[in-house]
Amino acid sequence: MSAGETIWVDNPPFPANAKQAVNDAQLRRNIRNATSTIRQRRATMVEELPDWQQLRTAGAAIKDEVLAHLDRYLEQFEQAATQRGAHVHWARDADEANCIVSSLVAATGEREVIKVKSMATQEIGLVEALAKRGINAYETDLAELIVQLGHDRPSHIVVPAIHKNRREIREIFLREMGDAPADLSDDPHALAEAARRHLRRKFLQAKVAISGANFAIAETGSLLVAESEGNGRMCLTLPDTLISVVGIEKLLPTFRDLEVFLQLLPRSSTGERMNPYNSVWTGVTPGDGPQQVHIVLLDNGRTNVLRDQIGRQALRCIRCAACLNVCPVYERTGGHAYGATYPGPIGAVLTPQLVGVEHAATLPFASSLCGYCYEVCPVKIDIPTVLVKLRHDVVKAKQPSAEGALFAAAGAVMRGRRRWTRALRLAPLMRLFRHGGPPPISRWTAVRDLPEPPRQSFRDWWVSRSVTKRGDQQ
Amino acid sequence: MRVALFTTCLVDALFPDAGQATVQVLEHLGQPVEFPLEQTCCGQMHANSGYFEVALVRRYVEVFSSYDAVVVPSGSCAASIHHQHPMIARAAGEHWLAKRAEAIATKTFELSQFLVDVMGTDDVGAYFPHRVTYHPTCHSIRMLGVRDRPLRLLRKVRGIDLVELPRWDQCCGFGGTFSIKNPDVSAAMLADKMEAVIMTGAEVLCAGDRSCLMHIGGGLDRIRAGIRTLHLAEILASTEPGYGTNQLPTDTAETTR
Ligand code: SF4
Repeated sequence: MSAGETIWVDNPPFPANAKQAVNDAQLRRNIRNATSTIRQRRATMVEELPDWQQLRTAGAAIKDEVLAHLDRYLEQFEQAATQRGAHVHWARDADEANCIVSSLVAATGEREVIKVKSMATQEIGLVEALAKRGINAYETDLAELIVQLGHDRPSHIVVPAIHKNRREIREIFLREMGDAPADLSDDPHALAEAARRHLRRKFLQAKVAISGANFAIAETGSLLVAESEGNGRMCLTLPDTLISVVGIEKLLPTFRDLEVFLQLLPRSSTGERMNPYNSVWTGVTPGDGPQQVHIVLLDNGRTNVLRDQIGRQALRCIRCAACLNVCPVYERTGGHAYGATYPGPIGAVLTPQLVGVEHAATLPFASSLCGYCYEVCPVKIDIPTVLVKLRHDVVKAKQPSAEGALFAAAGAVMRGRRRWTRALRLAPLMRLFRHGGPPPISRWTAVRDLPEPPRQSFRDWWVSRSVTKRGDQQ
Repeated sequence: MRVALFTTCLVDALFPDAGQATVQVLEHLGQPVEFPLEQTCCGQMHANSGYFEVALVRRYVEVFSSYDAVVVPSGSCAASIHHQHPMIARAAGEHWLAKRAEAIATKTFELSQFLVDVMGTDDVGAYFPHRVTYHPTCHSIRMLGVRDRPLRLLRKVRGIDLVELPRWDQCCGFGGTFSIKNPDVSAAMLADKMEAVIMTGAEVLCAGDRSCLMHIGGGLDRIRAGIRTLHLAEILASTEPGYGTNQLPTDTAETTR
């Protein structure tokens, strides 16, 4: 079994990646600018709704209902979609999903497909898998196109090219696009226009499109894609064959539930009241749109996540990226440092659960636990708590280590009053290392002084005070 | 009302001034406070590093169960007691302990919560004629929800020149062992926080958590910024010369850095 591209095998641990990213001035500036803009937009849009907190609660409750009865809702969805002419496939992992999609494309005889932006297909590494079968998949979302043309990787869930500024994008277009105008400027409109012209031909020629879905409705068998550019709408309506890869947690019980999520998602993700394009389709509509409709329901580790009582809330995620945009760590490292398809706070809790903590052991620690992610999450995922729980899992799975011994020793001291009181008398020794010390102290003193130790611990003061007081009374 | 002080291990060991100030504020308001010597640490540093020390949860529960209220001069440790203790007990399969931990959490108050909600005052009669900026620590606002209680208390301090910290909602980058495990990101976050603090022109940075202050203050000291850090309690315990029993502004100038 393979989890596909859930984690990137060639990636060093987070702290090493982060060290590099933190020193990349251009990257820092690009991400800081972009996240602060989206952050502000989101805040304005959320303040507008007096019932935002109730919406969050409703969103979390609906998703929890789905997760509690996932088996039932999945079968209901399959039945409804099949009845309306869709073909439903089940994929246990990335390999199975890639195999199914490749075979479906191969059966059409086509060698080129167009793609709607989708995290699920990133996760399974579908584009690479198709390439191995001689099938070229073209990303049509502007940011995904930039990433694909730049032989790069996405670094954000909603804005995959957030790490690039427009000057860098212009260079990529001029170098890689082939049909970019020679006098292309770095004006966003000019860049979008160049991409539009480049893609137009692909849209008109393509016979097969591949998408993900933001929501899958169990009641009706419908899928929904929310997007901003209209490229998705083209992919979802023009070709003959449409193949959608959908994580099993994307379900909502009823069509009516969209009422909640179509308020939560756009305001959280792009800071808009509504997504410019919401495309919904239900199986096949004879004579209109794709006549071959396939849906690949993807597990790829999700049922493992479901097993964990605390961790399973990560499956509520609607991939809005609000948690990335407010995260102080993400803001300083960008997405690539996480070495995985899902970056940022949600990535730090989802990736280790999808692939097993032993394969992503540094990710749960890639957070200061400031809680900003939880505050903005539209489906109330308590990311800090899940992080702490996963840290515990990492520690349990770890071989005995120096760190473990240190914590065990500290724990032993803190478990007894006498030992603790005695240990406190060692505090003055800290004076030796105030401005620098051996590792791991050096990791602190690299940029900070240690405090001047006190003459007396609090408890020694308390005891001496009590003695004086008693003396006073006598 | 029998009130206990849980100083936190950090204050006990390294920042006794914050603990003494907490005692002074409470006693000044006529509320006697006890310090059970059996207390040690809430176990937060362990928990946030992945080591669940259920023995420390049990210890907290046993030491403080007989009190009507526990005052903690730390938003972070109070939040850990509220949210992590029950989880740690459950992870160890100790459901009865989890229940008791939940019960004690409802009687555990961060200092500003205790003053405003239990003592019912936001004016403790303090005097502190200095320019101060206040950093609301992440755990105190997001995990515990102290909201503007500390600021309400500070605004009532006589003589204070309280200036708003720009981008106050941003984490300082401490995060316990995060500062050691991800030193580069932590340093980058610290740099931005220090810049914000310096921009205010304040001579004192105040917060309700000595831990975050140790980090920001350590950074400010390193660059010789000439800004000192004081725990909320230390400002609230400062009184006008000749009034009350202590004059902390001068006292603390010597004992804190
Ligand atoms: S965890 Fe929450 S905030 Fe983050 S992407 Fe998912 S839904 Fe959005």
